[in-house]
Formats: sequence, structure tokens, C-alpha cells
Amino acid sequence: MGKPSDLVQGTLDLLILKTLSTEARHGWAIAKRIQQLSGEVLQVQQGSLYPALHRLEQQGWIKAKWMESETGRQAKFYSLTTAGRSQLEKETASWERLSGAINLIVQEG
Amino acid sequence: MRWLARLAMRVEMLFRRSRAAGRLDEELGFHLEQQIAENVAAGMSGEEARHAAMRAFGNRAALRDQARETWSWSEVESMVRDVRIAVRTLLRTPGFALTAILVIGLGIGANIALFAVVHSVLLQPLPVRDPDRLVRLYEHSSFGNFPYNQSAAGVFAEWKKQSRSFSDMALAGYAGYNLSGTGSGTGGQLPENVRAGVLSWNMLPTLGIEPALGRNFTAAEDLPSANGTVLLSWGLWKRRFGGNPVVLNETILLNGKPYTIIGVMPEWFGYPEQAMQLWTPLYHEKPASLMEALDDHEFKAIGRLKPGVTQAEAVTELSVITARIRKEHPDLAFVSNGANIRPLLDSIVGDLKTPLYVLLAATGCVLLIACLNVANLLVARTTARRRELAIRTAMGGSRMRLLREHLMESLILSAAGGAVGLVLAWGILAWLVSTRQEMARVTAIHVDWVVGGFTLALIVLSAVFAGLISSFSAKSEQVLGALQESSRSYSAGQSRARLRKLLLVLEVALTVVLLVGAGLLLKSYDRLRSADLGCMTRGVLTMGFDLPKTHYAQPAQRANFFDTLLDRVRHLPGVRAAGLVFPVVPGDGYGGDNGFAIVEHPPLPQGQGVFAIHRWVDPEYFSAIGIPLLRGRTFGDNQRPGHATEIIISKLFARQYFPNEDPIGKHLKTNGSHLYEVVGIVGDTRFEVGEPPRPMMYFALDADDDMDGASLVIRAGGDVTHYAMPVQQIVQQLDRDLPVSDILTMDQVIGRNTADANFDATLLLIFAASSLLLAAVGLFGVLSYVVAQRTGEIGIRMALGARREQVAGLMLGDGLRPALYGLVLGLGASAVVTRLIESMLYQTRALDPAVLVTVSLILLVVAAVACLLPAWRASRVDPMQALRTE
Repeated sequence: MGKPSDLVQGTLDLLILKTLSTEARHGWAIAKRIQQLSGEVLQVQQGSLYPALHRLEQQGWIKAKWMESETGRQAKFYSLTTAGRSQLEKETASWERLSGAINLIVQEG
Repeated sequence: MRWLARLAMRVEMLFRRSRAAGRLDEELGFHLEQQIAENVAAGMSGEEARHAAMRAFGNRAALRDQARETWSWSEVESMVRDVRIAVRTLLRTPGFALTAILVIGLGIGANIALFAVVHSVLLQPLPVRDPDRLVRLYEHSSFGNFPYNQSAAGVFAEWKKQSRSFSDMALAGYAGYNLSGTGSGTGGQLPENVRAGVLSWNMLPTLGIEPALGRNFTAAEDLPSANGTVLLSWGLWKRRFGGNPVVLNETILLNGKPYTIIGVMPEWFGYPEQAMQLWTPLYHEKPASLMEALDDHEFKAIGRLKPGVTQAEAVTELSVITARIRKEHPDLAFVSNGANIRPLLDSIVGDLKTPLYVLLAATGCVLLIACLNVANLLVARTTARRRELAIRTAMGGSRMRLLREHLMESLILSAAGGAVGLVLAWGILAWLVSTRQEMARVTAIHVDWVVGGFTLALIVLSAVFAGLISSFSAKSEQVLGALQESSRSYSAGQSRARLRKLLLVLEVALTVVLLVGAGLLLKSYDRLRSADLGCMTRGVLTMGFDLPKTHYAQPAQRANFFDTLLDRVRHLPGVRAAGLVFPVVPGDGYGGDNGFAIVEHPPLPQGQGVFAIHRWVDPEYFSAIGIPLLRGRTFGDNQRPGHATEIIISKLFARQYFPNEDPIGKHLKTNGSHLYEVVGIVGDTRFEVGEPPRPMMYFALDADDDMDGASLVIRAGGDVTHYAMPVQQIVQQLDRDLPVSDILTMDQVIGRNTADANFDATLLLIFAASSLLLAAVGLFGVLSYVVAQRTGEIGIRMALGARREQVAGLMLGDGLRPALYGLVLGLGASAVVTRLIESMLYQTRALDPAVLVTVSLILLVVAAVACLLPAWRASRVDPMQALRTE
């Protein structure tokens, strides 16, 4: 379960930004981190992850740098830009509002 | 600073795209390796780990594309890719591409050219200050039923004095001059005849324009007592004075009198007509008596409405003033009783409206036909590429993607066609401007951004039109069906052939409409050309000359000149007869009229009068130009200056004003209160080719005191134009400063006066012929395709015993059916459409049976010819071969 396409639109962006808020990571690590933090519930497919990463990069929320990975190979590491950080705050706030609202409805029933 | 980062990103993605693409590959490869490494760590073998990782990873190429799509410029990138594919596809069939481009180019080119003309001439406001407030003022004359009559200068003066609706009013008229001198002080050089305008000094301020060089007339210069001043046209200044500004304040001779050049008008300016060469001040040029006359309708008046005053209010005011003048002068029969107003632009280009819009509609039809034809070709291609398209669809090519490629193909075709069209239009316009210099506002014709926008719109429209129609057929593609069908079929593609036939029906119908229109205009032009002028038109040469008052002040001097000239011309070997007429030869214009009273009849009630067109001729004019003398005799030799007593009337004059009595011996009193005896009756002539004859009266050549020129008419055997040079030499011997003008045969005079009709008919014929050709190509193409598709079926038919003629007949019928439907549809549409050109027709009905029959026959013959070859090919099919090849 839990394919990102089932997630609310735009949630993947939030997840990626959040993952990058602590340190720079490459695509594989981002996917792993999301999987790990969600208790293996959310599995981000490559087909969604890379287009999303490239889109965020084009929009200037994140920036990329080629660095040596833990295995010693060159990999593309993404990190948050200043604009990305404030975007993360905005998206977090709006996610909290939205999930709170959904919770209210679900618990009412 | 996010925008800066984004901008940097955009620039990077634009210029370092291939590097970014390589990086993307590496990035995905890294991910895959990590996955493999994880799988190995989980205990899989190397090969197993790889396969599992690749399975989990999915379609790497698709993933790469998806990531790429998020990059900036990706829309541009995919468009470039579409263009590349489309160009490659088109280059694979250069014949098709070239045909389509030329066909569309023809359609677009004709449209751009016509649109540029309509836009510049009809729609563009005049380049003057506040053109919306400018109006042309007319007199409304009920005596001759002329609702839009020219103005008498006396009435205009009253309008100007009494009306409150206008901030300014000005007057213009015509003049002709012998121009000599080149401004360098040496007179008597290069005499030439020029047409000129006379303008009241406030004409230019009223219009709100200024000379391009120098200055306008002053009020003081616009008086009889002033020294002569002249404004040159841009064209005359360039041609005769080398475009040299030093000619300002130099003196030239007009009719032998000195005039100071005070300015040069802008190139576009041409009022009252486009072909004016120079302008002089009105009140300085025209006699005071004419400028005070209330009933001499000689001038064009314009006015500038005050802000807030409507046209209707202004008309009412002018009408009241005019009616009052009429009431105050009950003795004058030809004073108008009302006024009329029309926007100035309308008064200048009003006559061009219908013909230009008709031609524009015709070019629209041509473009539509061109698009239908290209759509037809594209459908044929889609069919030929059916298998390819089916395979691509099966491989996962999205329908949208294929449609985009399809539209891109037709867009490229029409863009290239548009480029061809622009070049074509440029050529057409250059030709038009050089051949139609007398057309109103012809110098205003140019290609600007509006025309450019129109071109772009046409390109997109044709692309979408042709592309969508043809992709309509591709859309219904059943992939499996296509793959199966193309492997073996005997009656394939019926539905596609049906679409193509429908397109053909439309094409043929439009062609028929164009053909009918062209046929009607041609017939009308032919009628016009062969309209009986009432005189000979073969072997007659005419030329005009003006006699300047300075050298020919005395009527006797003029008479002497005429006598010597005629005598010498008549003695030229080969000349059969020669005569003189003033002001114009038959078919060359109205030339003015005179009021008269018949002495033997009871006087008309006060305020009523009759009038007839006037001419002044020498005794031999009638026999020279072949106007029959029906009764009585021509002028005697005694009709000398000051002693003219005889008048000759036309047949219509006699019938209208002397019904049931013998006009010979009766007396006419003309406006000048001269008394004339009717000595002869001659046949009627037309003053204009398309107008019915009107009553006409002829005075003896020497009778008029105020005549300042004449046209010489020569009848001779053989090629009459050979006599032009000898006659010119005779004129030069008599007066070396006297230029002759308009050396034309009578046929050319008629040609000049029917040039518009000729032009319209010829253009429409060209359009119709191109459409016919396009339709024929379309028919041929479709039938060839049908035959090729049905080869298998034909083989079976023949194997079963069908004869070759039957097969040919079958195919012929298949091709001719759309032509027939189109013909019927087109004839039906013509019945409605031709009503719109009724006003352009002369003695031709909008539904002329001869034209309709001819058009139908031409169309059927062309359609049959186009269908013959494919049908013949069908009948040559070898049944064995046909069955085997499928």
C-alpha cells in the first residue's frame, strides 16, 4: 500500500523537503529515509521520486551538488535552499491544517 | 533571490542540456547500483540481484523522459522534436511537400495581397487630422434627380457664410495645363500636358495636412489679382525636377503664364483625384463669374464637422440654406434644392468597395479550396502511412502525440506556404501599384504589421483546418483492424475514400461559384466592350491638345490654328477623314451640359428647365468618327467665331424635345441667350461605355468663346497608330510649344474606360482557373487512390467476366459522382452569391443561363479528363496480376 500517487497531491514534495531539512542526500537515500521514517509504510517509486526532485530543483527549492557517496562513487546530493526552507515551513503549516481538518471529520464519524 | 536561482537554472538548462542529460543518466544509474548492492547484501547472486533491481526500477527510458519533462524548456524541446520529425517525414516525399506548399502559397499569397489592398485602401483612415470629422458635401438636385451632385461655387459660398455646423469648409476642382520650363529659368522647355487640381487656400488646413516641402497657398494668393503660385505633386517633383529642393521659389510656366513653386505635396496626396500632377489656387484660376454661379455644379466641397455636430444635423442645415437660395432665384432652373453628406473616405473609395470585397471573397474561396486540397493529400498520406501509424500506436505512441505530429506537419506545410505566399503577395502588390496608378489611394497600399498578423492567422488557420480534417480520418484508427487490413484487403478504406469525396464535393462546389462569378464578370465586360458607342471604333485615332490663352487669346487665332491643322492632316497620304471635337470623344466622359429653351415652344413654368450634353465640333467631325447624319446637313463654312448660328441635335434629343414635329428649322436659345437654328439630326452616341445615350447637342467648333483645346479625330486605313508621329510633327510645325496628350485609338479609349471591369473580370478568372486546376488535381488524386485500393476487387470482377469498358465506366462514375454533386451544390450556392455582384454587372443577369451552362460544361469536361486516366488504368488491370499481388 501507500504508493505516493495515492498520497494527497503535493505531499511527496513535502516529504522530500522534510527529509532534506537535516542534511544533503542523494535520491536513493531520500527514498530510503522516507521508507524508514514512515515505518516502511510509504515506498517512494523512482518513477515519482526523480521527476519530483528535478521539478523542485527547477523551481529553486532545492539545489544539487555532485559529491562522493559513502560507497566512494560520485552521486548527486540534494540540499535545501533558503527559499526551500521557507517553502518547507509553508507546506508543513498547510499540511497540518489540512490533516487536522481531515482528522476532525474522520473522528466525528 | 529565488528568481535569480531560477533564472540561472533556466539558462543552464538552455545551454547545457546535453550535459544535464548525461548527469540524469548517471543519477539513475547510481540509484540502480544502490538497489543491486542492497539486493546482494540481502543474499542474492549477482545476476539475480541485477534482474530484481531492474524489475523494481521499471522502464528506465520512460523514467528519464518523465524527469526531463520537469525541466524548463521541455515544451520547446518537444516542439523542436516534432518539427524535426515532421520535416523528416515531409522530406521523404518531396513531391507531395512541394505541391502542398505551392498550393497553400498560392491561396495565402492571393489573400495577403487582396487583404493588404482592402486594409490600406478601404479600412485605413485617411492620413489627416481627425479623419472621422471630415465629410464631403453634395448638392441634392431634384431637377435631374442627382442626390449626390457636385457643388456650385456660389452655393458653396453661401454654405460657408451661413452654416454653423462646420469648423471649416473648402472647395476643390479640376484644371489642365500646358506645363513648360523646368524651374531653372529657361522657359519653353519640355512642354507637357498635366492634369491638375485647383484648391481653395484653406483646403489643406481643413484636411489638417501640410506640404512635404515648402508651404501652402495664402489667402491672398487665392485671389484673381494675385501672382501665380503652384504646389507640385511628389511624383512630378521627382520626375521632372529630379527631386531637387532648390526648385522652391523657382518659376514654371503654366499655359504660358509664370507660376512660383511654393511647395511639394506628400507622396500619398491626390485630391480631387489620385492622378493630379500639381495644384493651383482655386479662386486665382477660375473666373469670378464661375465662382459666383449658383447653378454651375463644377466643384467638390468638403467640410470639417464641429465637435458634437452630427452628420444629420449638418445635412439639415445645409439643405435649409440651399432651399432658401433656390427660392430666392426662381429664374434659375438648375439651382439645387437640398444637400447631402457622406464621409470623405467613402466619397473617395466608395466605388472600390464592392469589387474589392468580391475579389477578397474570391481569394478566400481559393484558399479554402487550397486547404481542402492539402487536407485531401494529407488524408491520402495518412492512408499510405496507416500501417506505420498502427504500429506506433501499438508500441504505445499516445494518440495526442501522433495528433501533434500530424498538426505539426500541416503547420510546417502552411508556414512554408505562407512564406511563398508573402513573396507572391509582394509581387502582386508591386504589379498592382505600377499598373493601377490611377486607383484611389493606390500609394497607401503597403504591408504592415496588421497584414503580417493576418498572414500568421491565415497560416495557423490553414494548418489547423487542413490538419484537423485529415487527422479526423486518422483518429478513427482501429489499430488491430489496420494491422490486419493492411495485410490483405479487397475493399479497403471505403470510409476514408468517403471523407475525401466529401472534401471534393466542397472543392468542386466552391470552384463552380468562382467560375460562375468570373463568367458573369467576363460576359459583362464583353458586353461593355461591344456596347455600341454610336460611332466607329476601328481605325480611328484620337489625340488631345490644350491651346493656352496667352498665345490664342483671339477666337480668330484659334480658328486659324484649327483650320491649318485640319487641312494639313487631311492631306497626309492615307488619312481618309479628320475632325475636331471639344471637350471629349464618345465614351470618354460626360463633358458637361447646357440648359436651353425651344423658341417655338411655349415657355416652361418659371424655375423649370431642360438641359442636354454639349459638344463643339467642326463640320467634318461626324463623318470622320462615323456618327451618321440622319436628317438635314452638317455645319456650313460660315460658322465663324462670333457668327455661329447653327446647332445640330442627336436623335434622342429630337425624340425627347420635339416629339411629333420636325426639329429642322426650329430655334434653340441656350443659357448664354445665343440663338441657334437646328440644321441637322445625327445618331446617338454614348458619353460613357456603360451608360445609355442621353440627349446631346452639337455647336460649331468656333462658336464658343471660352474653349481652350480640342481632340483631333483621324480615320485612316491600315494601322491607324502609324499616323500618330506625322500628326505630332504637324502640330510641332504649327506651334513648337504645344504638347499633344492621350494619343489613343478609339479602341484604347474604350479600353481605358473599361479597365476596371477588365481588371476585376481578369483577376476573378485567374482565381477561378486556379481553383479549377486544384479541383481537377483533387479529382485525379482521389480516383487514382480509389482505383489503387480497389485493384483486387477489379481483378475479381474481371475474372468473373466483367468487360474492360464496364470497369472503366464503373470507375469513371465513381469519380464523376462527387463532381456532379459539387456542381449541383455550387450552382445552388451561386444563385445566392451572385446577387452580391449584381451591381458590378452590365446588361448581364445574375443568373445568366449561358454562363451557367458554360460553367457546367467546362467543369464536367475537366472532371471527365481528370478521371479518364485512372479509369483507363483500372480497365487495363490484369486480373491474374491483381489477384496475385494482394
